[in-house]
Amino acid sequence: MGNLLPVSFYEGLAYGLVALGVYITFRVLAFPDLTVDGSFPLGGAVAAVLIISGVNPWLATVVALIAGMCAGLVTSLLNTALRINALLAGILMMVALYSINLMIMGRSNIPLLREVTVFDQAAQLFGMETSITFSIIFMVVLIIIILAILNWFLRTDIGLALRATGDNEQMVRGLGGNTNLTTIMGVSISNGLVALAGAIIAQNQGFSDVGMGIGMIVLGLASVIIGEGIFRPRNITSILLAVVGGAFAYRLFLGIALRLGLPPTNLKLMTAVLVVVVLAIPYIRKKLRHEWIPPPARM
Amino acid sequence: MGNHSLLQLIKVNKVFCRGTIDEVTALDQINLDVSIGDFITVIGSNGAGKTTLLNIIAGVYPPERGGRIIVNGRNIANLSEHRHAQYIGRVYQDPRTGTAAKMTIAENLSLAIMRGQSRGINTAITKQRKQLFREALVPLGLELEDRLTALVGTLSGGQRQALSLVMATMSKPSLLLLDEHTATLDPKTARIVLDLTEMIISREKMTAIMVTHNMELALRYGNRLLMMHKGRIIVDLNQDQRRNLTVSNLVDAFEKASGEQFADDSVLLSSVDPATKQKN
Ligand SMILES: Nc1ncnc2c1ncn2[C@@H]1O[C@H](COP(=O)(O)OP(=O)(O)O)[C@@H](O)[C@H]1O
Ligand SMILES: [Mg+2]
Repeated sequence: MGNLLPVSFYEGLAYGLVALGVYITFRVLAFPDLTVDGSFPLGGAVAAVLIISGVNPWLATVVALIAGMCAGLVTSLLNTALRINALLAGILMMVALYSINLMIMGRSNIPLLREVTVFDQAAQLFGMETSITFSIIFMVVLIIIILAILNWFLRTDIGLALRATGDNEQMVRGLGGNTNLTTIMGVSISNGLVALAGAIIAQNQGFSDVGMGIGMIVLGLASVIIGEGIFRPRNITSILLAVVGGAFAYRLFLGIALRLGLPPTNLKLMTAVLVVVVLAIPYIRKKLRHEWIPPPARM
Repeated sequence: MGNHSLLQLIKVNKVFCRGTIDEVTALDQINLDVSIGDFITVIGSNGAGKTTLLNIIAGVYPPERGGRIIVNGRNIANLSEHRHAQYIGRVYQDPRTGTAAKMTIAENLSLAIMRGQSRGINTAITKQRKQLFREALVPLGLELEDRLTALVGTLSGGQRQALSLVMATMSKPSLLLLDEHTATLDPKTARIVLDLTEMIISREKMTAIMVTHNMELALRYGNRLLMMHKGRIIVDLNQDQRRNLTVSNLVDAFEKASGEQFADDSVLLSSVDPATKQKN
């Protein structure tokens, strides 16, 4: 059981970026964006191709983030400018990205084991070995930076307008806020974070694969829902922390399930079951207490 | 009242579902001139086009081609809703429409205070702003000033509507639109919100258009009265013409102008806006 905890911790932080992205679209904007399954491998693909062609890995990672933002930009423009349903816009983009990612990579898998990554460069800078411990330190620092930026941004005038767009779009427009703009910003930022996660994770695991985005949406949603369920956050700061905490709890759960002998092929099924359980708990609790239960929601 | 024109509607039409069997002319050749300082009350039966009129002014949808909406001398008919909002504050029928439930009172007010300005990366809630919010909330007498960090979803309908009113007026828009904004409240709360409305309008010397479902209220408040019917303004009474009018005078005026019997009992019988659900 030795490194279960550290590995889950690292993965929780890394996939915490995906969870933050999913949180911004699904929860903050109420925009059910499925682009994520495509923008995650997009980040990996862009970073991998740039790194193997000799570009500085930091620069490659930043370009991956920007590529993700562009994917989000297209999705949100499909929705705001062409009025295509949000769900459909995300699905279209996800499908399109599969081909785009293959075009970028030129094949379905790019190994990065022999390449110098951001982890290698950062470790070298601080005179440390690249190890799981260092990966954790690296991710902790990165997550703190990202959380600080988001925590600040969501409390600015434009950040407030973005949050209100997901709460009451009609009101925001009535108060002079451009909700198309806030939607575009939110979806772009979200997919930027997801692509950043893709780029980082590809470098850490030593390869980028077109298939590595499958199930990212569910992973992100599971993290958000678990985080909200466990930590019951109230303000923006605690919500952001809870989302990352949820990603950690989720990876830990999967790690334990694997150790207990669950075949890896069953992982997605386990995830689905886990999310169903977490979502059903409040309902069952209310049922037991004979509380009023709202009718089923259909977004 | 100065006779300076603030808002002009010229040949404004609105047709919904054009070309289908559901086609309806919600606004039919509306011409309206609103002077600075006017406090106009608007009555009319269900489906007369009152809400559509306010939506057109607020830019929720544009009028049919050729219609003009002139504010401060500028045609804004084809600008999007958020651009209209720099001139226009609004309180909706449903308190939930004018406020964001999952955000705090202070956050809601911060959104409102930025009306007409471009929203940037300044911190939204500062000490100065909180002070400003408290000062704006004190006159309501609802003690909301002590609850700046409360989520708006935890407020009662009346409190939320009072907050909407403050949000609609705090950045001093040129024009205030009120759409049966007390219709969903109980009679006592409705009265409080109406009195607050009148207080704010007179304190800020605002120009306002208030739609109501109730003739008595339409006579009690404001200085000009419009009656709408089938998408047209069929009666337009100024301060002098309105004085000493009773509800039954209004019914007569309606029947004369429309050539129809007045059939909407709820308008006659209730003394305050009825809490009837109606299509908005
Ligand atoms: N968005 C819409 N789509 C189709 N028809 C509408 C729409 N809004 C209003 N209408 C129709 O336009 C007419 C006027 O409606 P409305 O302005 O809401 O009336 P009022 O507010 O005076 O009760 C009604 O016949 C209504 O059914
Ligand atoms: Mg109406």
